[in-house]
Amino acid sequence: MTQTLSKAPLPIRDERIGKRNPLQKMLGRPEVGALVGAIVLFIFFSLVSPTFLQPASFATVLYGSSTIGIMAVGVSLLMIGGEFDLSTGVAVISSALTASMFSWYFSTNVWVGVGLALLVSLAIGYINGWILMKTKLPSFIVTLATFLMLTGLNLGLTRMIGGGVSSPSISDMDGFSSAQAVFASSVNLGGVEVKITVFIWIALVAVATWVLMRTRVGNWIFAVGGDANAARAVGVPVKATKIGLFMGVGFCGWILGMHNLFAFDSVQSGEGVGNEFLYIIAAVIGGCLLTGGYGSAVGGAIGAFIFGMANKGIVYAQWNPDWFKFFLGLMLLLATIVNLIVKRRAELK
Amino acid sequence: MNAKAIDQETLLQNERDPLTHTPVHLLSLEGVGKHYGNIIALSDVTMAVDNGRVTCVLGDNGAGKSTLIKIIAGLHQHDEGVLNIMGEDRKFGSPRDALDAGIATVYQDLAVVPLMPIWRNFFLGSELTKGFGPFKYMDVEQMKAITLKELAEMGIDLRDVEQPIGQLSGGERQCVAIARAVYFGAKVIILDEPTAALGVKQSGVVLRYILQARDRGLGVIFITHNPHHAFPVGDRFLLLKRGKSIGYYDKKDITLDELTGQMAGGAELAELAHELEQLGGHGDVVKEVKAEVADVSDSVNAGVPKPA
Repeated sequence: MTQTLSKAPLPIRDERIGKRNPLQKMLGRPEVGALVGAIVLFIFFSLVSPTFLQPASFATVLYGSSTIGIMAVGVSLLMIGGEFDLSTGVAVISSALTASMFSWYFSTNVWVGVGLALLVSLAIGYINGWILMKTKLPSFIVTLATFLMLTGLNLGLTRMIGGGVSSPSISDMDGFSSAQAVFASSVNLGGVEVKITVFIWIALVAVATWVLMRTRVGNWIFAVGGDANAARAVGVPVKATKIGLFMGVGFCGWILGMHNLFAFDSVQSGEGVGNEFLYIIAAVIGGCLLTGGYGSAVGGAIGAFIFGMANKGIVYAQWNPDWFKFFLGLMLLLATIVNLIVKRRAELK
Repeated sequence: MNAKAIDQETLLQNERDPLTHTPVHLLSLEGVGKHYGNIIALSDVTMAVDNGRVTCVLGDNGAGKSTLIKIIAGLHQHDEGVLNIMGEDRKFGSPRDALDAGIATVYQDLAVVPLMPIWRNFFLGSELTKGFGPFKYMDVEQMKAITLKELAEMGIDLRDVEQPIGQLSGGERQCVAIARAVYFGAKVIILDEPTAALGVKQSGVVLRYILQARDRGLGVIFITHNPHHAFPVGDRFLLLKRGKSIGYYDKKDITLDELTGQMAGGAELAELAHELEQLGGHGDVVKEVKAEVADVSDSVNAGVPKPA
C-alpha cells in the first residue's frame, strides 16, 4: 500500500564508491559496542554462577537494571540532545519526598501528592533547561548547582516539615494501595515474580526509540545535539527541544521516585546522591556520545542492563560486592573503547 | 554621481515583478543599517532582488556581507532602514520567520548536522509527517525517496541517503543545501560564499545550480568575494566595503574589469605593485600588477569618484 511511490530515477553510480555491506552497516549502529559487552558479561556470569540463569534471579537482575534503566532513557535522550544532567539522582528523591510529605502533611489522598510530585519533577527539568538556554552556561555547571540546591532542600525541608531525616510513613493513607499497585507491584510471569518497573522500563524504551527514530521531535533531538546553530538556522526550535528533554528526564525521575516511595512507604532524604553518574554511565556505555548528536535509547537500556548484571552477578557469583565499583569502572572504559573501535571500523570501510 | 551606478529611485519605479507586473520587488532593502554596540557593521545599504534574477553582493572580508545576510535571514534585526518583502515592511524575529516568508539561506557552513543522515538533514525543521495529534510520525520512506529524487535532479549521484552528511564532499554538501532550499519552495535563496572553499570544477558546478535556481524563477542573492564567479551569473552587483555600499550596478552598465577594479580599489593595487618592486619581486608579477593598476585607474577615471 505504501509502495505506490514512484521510484526515483536511478542515478549513475560513482565508480569510486564500493557497496557497504549490511554487516558493516549494522556494526555502525551506536549500541553495538554495548551489545557485545552485554553478551560477553552474560556468558561470563552464566559460567561462573549457576544461580545467575535461574528465572527468579534473572528477574532480580532485570529489576536492578530497570531502576537504572528508567532514568537512563531520559538521560540518553538528553545526552543525544547535547546536554547532561547532574541533578537526576537527587531529583528522584525530591519527587518522592514531595509526594509523601505533601499528602502526609495535608492528609490528602496520596494520589494528590503523586500528581504534585509530577508537576515538581517537570518543573525541575524546566528550570534546568530554561536557565541553561537563558545563560548559555554549560549544563555541567547549571545542573551541578541544581544538584546541590536539591540536596539541601531535600534534607532541610524534610527536617522542617517531618522533623526527621526520612519522610513519615504513608502506608495507612488513602490511595496508598492503588498507587503501590501502579508503581511498585509485581507481575507473575509463569511462576516468576517480575517487578512492574521492568515493564515500565521496556515501555519507556520503546516510546523513546519511536520518538527518536520516527518523529519530528526525534529529528530535532539529534540536530540540537549535533549542531545547535545549524539546527536553529533551518528552523528547529532549539530552546523548546532542549527544555523538553530536561522535562523528559524529570518525568523519568518522577516514575522512579514514585517507585522508591511505594516500594517501601517512606524515603530517606539524603539518598540519591551519586546515582546521577550511574544513569550517565549507562547512557555512555550504551553508545551515546558525550558531546551529543549520536546514540540511541536502546543503547542506554543495554547500558543499564550491563549495570544490573554486574551488580547482581557479583552477588550470585558469591564474590565480595566491594569489587563492584571496580567492575563498573572497567566496564565503562572497555565499552567506550569498543564503541570507538567499532565505529571507526564501520565508517572506514 | 557616477553615471553607471543605478539610481535607486528609478530602479524601484522601472522594475516590475515579472509575474504580477506590479512595481514591487520580491525583496528590497532601503538604507538598511546595523550596529553591534558602538561598532557600525552596516550602514545605508540599498538593494533589490527579483524573480529570476541574481543579485550579487561583493566585498572583501569584513565588508559587512555576513551582517547583511543575517539580517535578511532573520538571525539579526536591522536598526535602520526598511526591509521589504513583496512590498511589505518586515523585521524577522527568527530564521523561522524568514523561512516562512520564503527566504532560504544556504550558509557557508551549510547548516547541516554532520552526524545525521542525508535525508534527515534534507528535511530538518520541515519534516513530513503522517498521523494525528500525539501520534504524528515521520513519513520516512517518502522523505528518503524525495531526497534521492531531488538530488538526482541536481545531478548528484547518491549511493545511500542513510549516509551521514559529513561524509559528502564540500561541493556535494553545497548542492544538498541548495536542493533543499529549492525543494522547500523558497522564493528567495541566499547563497553565502558557496564557492569559497571549492575547487575550480566544483565551483563551476555550483554556479550552474545558481543559474538553474534562477531559471526556476527564484530570486537569488549570491554573496562572494570573487568577481570572476559573480560576473557570469549575476544580473546586479552590490559592492560593499567596510560596512558601506560603494556601488550598485546593473550588468549592462559594468564590465568584469571594472567590477574587479572597484572591488580591489586602484590605490591599494598601486601600493602593492610598489611594495613588490621594493622587495625585488619577480619582474613579470610586478608588470602584471602595474597593468592592473593602469586598468583600474582607467575605469576609475571613467567616472567613479572616490567616496568622500
